[in-house]
Amino acid sequence: MTVVFEYLLRLGDSDLILSHRLSQWVGHALAIEEELALGNIALDLLGQAQLWLSLAAQTANDGRDADQLVYLRDAGEYRNILLVEQLNGDFAHTMTRQFFFDSFHQLLLGALTQTSNVSVAAIAAKSLKEVNYHLRRSRDWVITLGDGSDESHDRMTEAVDNLWSYTSELFQMDSIDQTLIATGFAVDLAPLREPWLRDITTTFAEASLAVPQNDWAQRGGKRGVHTEHLGFLLTEMQFLQRAYPNATW
Amino acid sequence: MVAAALQPSVAQVWSWLGEVPDPEIPVVSVVDLGIVRDARWENDQLVVCVTPTYSGCPATSVFAQAIAAALQSHGVKTLRLETQLSPPWTTDWISDAGKECLRAFGIAPPTPHGTLISCPRCASASVAKVSEFGSTPCKAQYRCLDCREPFDLFKCL
Repeated sequence: MTVVFEYLLRLGDSDLILSHRLSQWVGHALAIEEELALGNIALDLLGQAQLWLSLAAQTANDGRDADQLVYLRDAGEYRNILLVEQLNGDFAHTMTRQFFFDSFHQLLLGALTQTSNVSVAAIAAKSLKEVNYHLRRSRDWVITLGDGSDESHDRMTEAVDNLWSYTSELFQMDSIDQTLIATGFAVDLAPLREPWLRDITTTFAEASLAVPQNDWAQRGGKRGVHTEHLGFLLTEMQFLQRAYPNATW
Repeated sequence: MVAAALQPSVAQVWSWLGEVPDPEIPVVSVVDLGIVRDARWENDQLVVCVTPTYSGCPATSVFAQAIAAALQSHGVKTLRLETQLSPPWTTDWISDAGKECLRAFGIAPPTPHGTLISCPRCASASVAKVSEFGSTPCKAQYRCLDCREPFDLFKCL
């Protein structure tokens, strides 16, 4: 597998898995407007995943297309960050996960528009416009819930505590990143951490939430070591292709 | 060269494309929406370049089918549809006529950030956001505080 293929999988898989998680809210959301919003954001992320994974398939050129990458890889071959595969939990957990990701996603895509690869830059520029809307909404919800009732504040505090250890992986890099940073293809994630933390800190201050000081970190998604939740998610997402191989419609 | 003489002009092709409606919002055409970036002949093949609105918009593939069907009905035999991502689609490309059609249909047209959104029914600027997201990826939900009607806003992208 080439490093470029691996890098594109990381970009596409995080979008895809978060999209699937959000789509699990459809039919269960607390209000029709929220249902539509969660469904729309899931759709944006699915479209972005399709762009990244189509480019990955084109790069690998091994006969697999984007659909096959999605439906026929097992958990160990997925390269998404652990944060996005975490359970939806309550609305506080869903929106906290979304805010952590959106804030990072906006910075990542902004940096990727400057990459040396024209296809990557085009997908990043296209996606960035959509993600600006995602971030505005998840930030609003974090403030509304954090600064809301005693119960919503407590639930937000619990969600932040539960999800914080997965945020360090957002900025984790390895030899794949280093190789591609050298060619101008990949983004150096280190300089993104400070503006990300500033966004979290400013928003949490407005939301009456504390930024955890604990820096214990859960990592592994980028090299295929996942939490147990991904397997269950894939079982559901890949059911049709597993039960009826090569089914098309 | 005989074949070339029988080719419809590019201007004719644009006029046909101007009759292809958006599948979700049929009051605007694909041309008014600004998603057709180019139409050209390459020898005897017509190439139409389309840019997607939102990455995950389910209408994208319907756009392609509608464009292909319309051109075939006008006798275009060999067509290639290309997708162009860059520069990304922006609501600035919606024509003024398209914006007016949206308003008449009850959808507030996109407004640059910082400018006033007005109710498509009574033109009041006294409006409130209900949700950043609506029934399709391109819309947000608003309500008018004067005439009390809910309405969709075509989001500025």
